Amino acid sequence: MSTENKQFTVSIYTENNIGLLNRISAIFQRRHMNIESLNTSPSEIEGVSRFTLVVNITESQMKKVIGQIEKQVEVIKAYYHTEGEIIYQESCIFKMKSDLLFDERQIQNIIKESNARIVTVNKQFFVIEKSGRKEEIDLLYRELNVFGIMQFTRSGRVAVTKDEMKISTMLEAFQH
Amino acid sequence: METKTIKNESKNTKTTERIPGSEAVVRCLLEEGVEVLYGYPGGAIMPVYDELYKYQDKIHHVLSRHEQGAAHAAQGYARISGKVGVAIATSGPGATNLITGIADAQIDSTPLVCITGQVGSHLLGSDAFQETDIVGISTPVTKWNHQITKASEIPEVFAKAFYIAKSGRPGPVLIDITKDAQFEEFDFKYQKCKGVRSYTPVPKTDETSLKAAAELINNAKKPLIVWGQGVILGKAEAEFKAVIEKAGIPSAWTILGASAIPTSHPLNVGMVGMHGNYGPNVLTNECDVLIAIGMRFDDRVTGNLATYAKQAKIVHFEIDPAEIDKNVKTDVAVLGDAKASLKDLLPLLNANSHTDWHQKFKDLYKIEYDKVIKNDLHPTKEGLTMGEVLKEINSQTKGEAAIVSDVGQHQMIACRYAEFNKTKSNITSGGLGTMGFALPAAIGAKMAAPDREVVMIAGDGGYQMNIQELGTIFQQKVPVKIVVLNNEFLGMVRQWQQLFFDKRYASTEMVNPDFVAIAKGYHIDAKKVSERKDLKEAVKEMIDCEGPYFLEVRVEKEDNVFPMIPTGASVSDIRLE
Ligand SMILES: Cc1ncc(C[n+]2csc(CCOP(=O)(O)OP(=O)(O)O)c2C)c(N)n1
Ligand SMILES: [Mg+2]
Repeated sequence: MSTENKQFTVSIYTENNIGLLNRISAIFQRRHMNIESLNTSPSEIEGVSRFTLVVNITESQMKKVIGQIEKQVEVIKAYYHTEGEIIYQESCIFKMKSDLLFDERQIQNIIKESNARIVTVNKQFFVIEKSGRKEEIDLLYRELNVFGIMQFTRSGRVAVTKDEMKISTMLEAFQH
Repeated sequence: METKTIKNESKNTKTTERIPGSEAVVRCLLEEGVEVLYGYPGGAIMPVYDELYKYQDKIHHVLSRHEQGAAHAAQGYARISGKVGVAIATSGPGATNLITGIADAQIDSTPLVCITGQVGSHLLGSDAFQETDIVGISTPVTKWNHQITKASEIPEVFAKAFYIAKSGRPGPVLIDITKDAQFEEFDFKYQKCKGVRSYTPVPKTDETSLKAAAELINNAKKPLIVWGQGVILGKAEAEFKAVIEKAGIPSAWTILGASAIPTSHPLNVGMVGMHGNYGPNVLTNECDVLIAIGMRFDDRVTGNLATYAKQAKIVHFEIDPAEIDKNVKTDVAVLGDAKASLKDLLPLLNANSHTDWHQKFKDLYKIEYDKVIKNDLHPTKEGLTMGEVLKEINSQTKGEAAIVSDVGQHQMIACRYAEFNKTKSNITSGGLGTMGFALPAAIGAKMAAPDREVVMIAGDGGYQMNIQELGTIFQQKVPVKIVVLNNEFLGMVRQWQQLFFDKRYASTEMVNPDFVAIAKGYHIDAKKVSERKDLKEAVKEMIDCEGPYFLEVRVEKEDNVFPMIPTGASVSDIRLE
């Protein structure tokens, strides 16, 4: 097994529980691993939450961590995936001075070419939103940064897998 | 609580009754068959204590002298009985004082339910008096924990807590209850928990892997079994014995696996690990198939992983999937409960005796005997050895005693030389190595198994870490036998300083109090022995004593425990001197 760090996207299906985020992040913290991005949301199954994390670790570390995550009582199932196995998006928002929209013609082009979208414009500022892969957002950031960005934030990664996850069948097996 | 659980609808279904949360807590404990709990009162848990007072003829609360003592006592209770131990404390310092015991129970897979009081829910997060985030603090050291802020949650959370603590790989759970939830009245109805949707306590055993394991074992010329506490926790002692006897496999144990089969069993080749026996450690690097059963390849067992059993195929019987390939890469993993797996394995195995292979263990034992064991058990020098004290205890208890040891040199000596005829007899802090464990754990053990002789063995250092529990022993009249092997040193640390730090004895010399006077201060019969000629009689007096008894034995100050695998060394580089 490779001893090189790779980027993994981790999907964790869980019961919706107050302390669970703490439990999961403690598993990484204890092993001195950084969580690059984290998102929590409802999943396709009612009452089941889904955590999506991105980490840079070796595959053997990843396997062990998955074991530790699944061991948590309120975790239903955890999966890890490499870049090729998932479709993912990240989302970001830029706040910029409104003058730029009129003074700097290229901005309009950059927005158009990068498939970004203007969310709102007022006298002082306008807001651009963009969803996409990490590199696309990085590129847009570099292009807009030249003009000065008032505020910038990007979301954690959200991802779905190309292959099926048999989570619903698993849950059906649990008789109430 | 959001989690889906399966409730046992059968006999526990009753009409509801309107009672306060505090009473519900006690009623839940009764429903779970709890007879004893260990704890210490304080503001945030007072409503529950008030109910414990009212229910005192049904449930026995033992007042410890420190919450850590309560947690370890609950552990001792659980370890000797296989039942869930219960500890209770107030919020803030009461709760944090439980933590060492909880962490110990987590790493040694001991089923505990710990109950803590919490400030009123309207005060949460306000830095109220004795508020501490015990759920946050205990998260990494509990199998599960939960904070209750409404009385109506109590029955379901308690049912779930007991279920989680004892099912699968056991462990500690913590329930934090706000004070208002203790006062609040609600309609009480209890249903035992039979399952939690997101939790699979025992993974399915896969028949193919079981067959693959059997094939490897049947074809092995030099098989070695290393078993751990999984055999005891899984109540698989009989199945285990049947397997090793049929296949004729030399079997060695980890500290927590000790006593699952008698010490005298011909296939029992001793202890593995840092201070384990010479034969099984050396031959770990010679066997062709290593069969690990209910153990987790702790670093104190494996030494340097890069040189651990590299020549062998590894078979791992294990209930916890996260343990597979965690430290040692397996060739065949058999997931599941040890009792069921070993029962199914038995008919697949060929009868064998491995006589030549077994002879190697005997040859190496002879070397270890001449170099180490003889001097430990039959010393010719003047000073007393820890080993000869163990030998005396063995002979006078006929190997029937449960030995509760603390942490240090005396612990290693106790594990090496104690003779066990009964399972669940070696109660010690393995994974965490918690000094101060033994005295309170012995209290719990004796209370859970009053018919058994319980002998606590501690060093002069660790004994003083929870010495206040002599008060509990005195108040509860718990007839434990307390042996302190006094070398006037933090001996194990001193040994390392001698071997690896050029004898710079930094803060390891102990100036000790009059231990006999302290025991007598608690009205416990006590004696001190410094000479060999008095040892036998003193041990006899201790064993014959009906009540608790304290025996201090002055042993050689600078003895070392051998064999020893230095940190970072390979198991086969174990040193005999
Ligand atoms: C709570 C705690 N603190 C520190 C240690 C480190 N430690 C391990 S063994 C040991 C010495 C124990 O001395 P003593 O109880 O006298 O036993 P001896 O080794 O002399 O038999 C120490 C300090 C520990 N295991 N636990
Ligand atoms: Mg000592």
